[in-house]
Amino acid sequence: MKLVIERREISSRLFRFSAPLVSIAVALFVAGFLLLAGDINPLAAYQEIIVESLGSRYGLSETLVKTTPLIFAGLGVSLAFRMQIWNIGAEGQLYMGAMGATWVALFSGIQNHWLMLTAMFLAAFMCGGVWAGVAGFLRARWQVNEVIVTLLMNYIAILWIDYLVYGPWKDPRGFNFPYTAVFADTARFAEYFNTRLHSGFFLALACALILFLFIERTIWGYEIKVIGSNPKAAQYAGMQTGMAIFGVLFLSGAIAGLAGFSEVAGLQHRLQHGISPGYGYTAIIIAWLAKRSAIGVVIVSFLLGVLFVGGESLQLTWQLPVAFVYAFQGLILFFLLASDFFIIYRPRLIRR
Amino acid sequence: MFDTLEILLDATVRAGTPILFATLGAIINERAGIINLGIEGLMLIGALAGFAATHYSGSLLVGILVAFVATYIAGAIHALITVQLRGNQIVSGLALTMFGIGVTALFGKGMVGLTIDGFERIAIPGLSSIPVIGRPFFNQDILIYLSFLLVYLIWFFFYRTRWGLAVRTIGENPAAADTSGLSVSRYRFLAVTIGSGLVGIGGAYLSLASTPMWIENMSGGRGWIAVALVIFAGWSSPRALLGAYLFGGLTALQLRFQAMGTTISAHILQMLPYFFTILVLVVSTIRLQKGAGQQPEALGLPYDREDRK
Repeated sequence: MKLVIERREISSRLFRFSAPLVSIAVALFVAGFLLLAGDINPLAAYQEIIVESLGSRYGLSETLVKTTPLIFAGLGVSLAFRMQIWNIGAEGQLYMGAMGATWVALFSGIQNHWLMLTAMFLAAFMCGGVWAGVAGFLRARWQVNEVIVTLLMNYIAILWIDYLVYGPWKDPRGFNFPYTAVFADTARFAEYFNTRLHSGFFLALACALILFLFIERTIWGYEIKVIGSNPKAAQYAGMQTGMAIFGVLFLSGAIAGLAGFSEVAGLQHRLQHGISPGYGYTAIIIAWLAKRSAIGVVIVSFLLGVLFVGGESLQLTWQLPVAFVYAFQGLILFFLLASDFFIIYRPRLIRR
Repeated sequence: MFDTLEILLDATVRAGTPILFATLGAIINERAGIINLGIEGLMLIGALAGFAATHYSGSLLVGILVAFVATYIAGAIHALITVQLRGNQIVSGLALTMFGIGVTALFGKGMVGLTIDGFERIAIPGLSSIPVIGRPFFNQDILIYLSFLLVYLIWFFFYRTRWGLAVRTIGENPAAADTSGLSVSRYRFLAVTIGSGLVGIGGAYLSLASTPMWIENMSGGRGWIAVALVIFAGWSSPRALLGAYLFGGLTALQLRFQAMGTTISAHILQMLPYFFTILVLVVSTIRLQKGAGQQPEALGLPYDREDRK
């Protein structure tokens, strides 16, 4: 008997559709052993995650609150994926978006509620876009590796926000805490159902719909898809690939920047140290799990929102470090990649 | 004046060494054609494994060995996915980094605040009393001497041995290597795992020599700087040494500025290494396109024998 790997004639549909769910299940199983090794009962922990995030009206609203920035950031990263461009910098773009929105909220002096929110939206959009646009420009002009540039710019963005909230933007009445003054009511989203659920969630859903239409129904969306799947053909067809790379990374960062806008306008109502527990990094796995579909991004964001709410709860009850959420996400990706193999290939035992 | 220079150079070498190990490990990966973006996570795994093993065994040697083995195994996950299962190298590497950050946060929780006796300096008689360069290069801990040796050995391996040539061929043209009877998957697997092990030693340097303790997320982006330095180094180990010390020097200067009580914000100073890395990356990429150095031709591409033409 001998094990051989052969390519399937048709890729397995069964594997393709079940792969994300199977990957999450296997990751849960393996993560259970890690939790056990860390002296935490995995079954109790998993039960707590579900109960805390989905078991009550308040829990569910908290999950949607966490889902909101994940949708924005996930949409941004997934747009770039469409063109085989890697935007690993959604975290930094979120921070810069939050900075832009905060600048408008604190220093623009706008009095009208809608005008204020519109200006904050635009500022976040531009700041996130420019931040990613730098990587886009470098990639388009000199083929500089965008993975490394977008990633390193995360560190710079986070340090820059720290500089602001520890320094010039620090709330003078904030007892030296690293945050800005709190926003006026004009710069805040409405909240619903007596929970922390805010308009940002609905804005995120609208954003997903618009992006879906942009990709599927416009000529630009078509070009992005062609350049992504076959850059040579795109060039022969006379498409401006360089311009497209810059434009897509700019837009990708701009959408991720909206996550920052939504966080400061809807939830935190100020800029502060550590506004994101890593939503921008989670966005990468969301984009990969969603397989480029905007609707998929919404669904996967919700699933990972559950994980964030559960993770925060486990931190309180079991002193589990929040960073453990990353270990879990890493495992999901590992198993997803492994299952991709079985979509295309088939192991078979043959007799010699 | 000379004293200041000597102190700065000494701090440069000590700050550059973890990045040097990581860059050397990444070069070995990429020479075989595999991109490894898990360097940051591997450094953390190496730092924690090395610290824990040293704490429980009381032996620094055991700590270094455990750091190597732990990251060798973690690297094997990346190798399995990218070499055997032909998965996407970028995603697998990012997953490895996320996994490393999370796992070390979980298992490192109980290690915070513990102490060990870190590596001590060993003066090389005669050489260590040379002014200015004596202390920085010849009165250091044994890992720094090991890093000098590795720079030479890795160069020797790639350019003077049959196996080194085999790895380079596999990174350039796996189909041709396969035709000539080399096992592409075996060489690639070993390049990823051994390279990862070296990255782990770089991580262990942080927790066993730089600051003998474990701090969550203590690599702080050095792994990503190493990934960028591979391009600066043009995949060559002597240039990796140059690159790593460039960044060591920047860190040393930044710390010196802070110690001198400058009015520049610490946050702004801390940005410099990242900013500088991007600058160096841009310049080296442009140089690369002008024909200086050569990126392995098959870098990032999975190899499937059925595609061979």
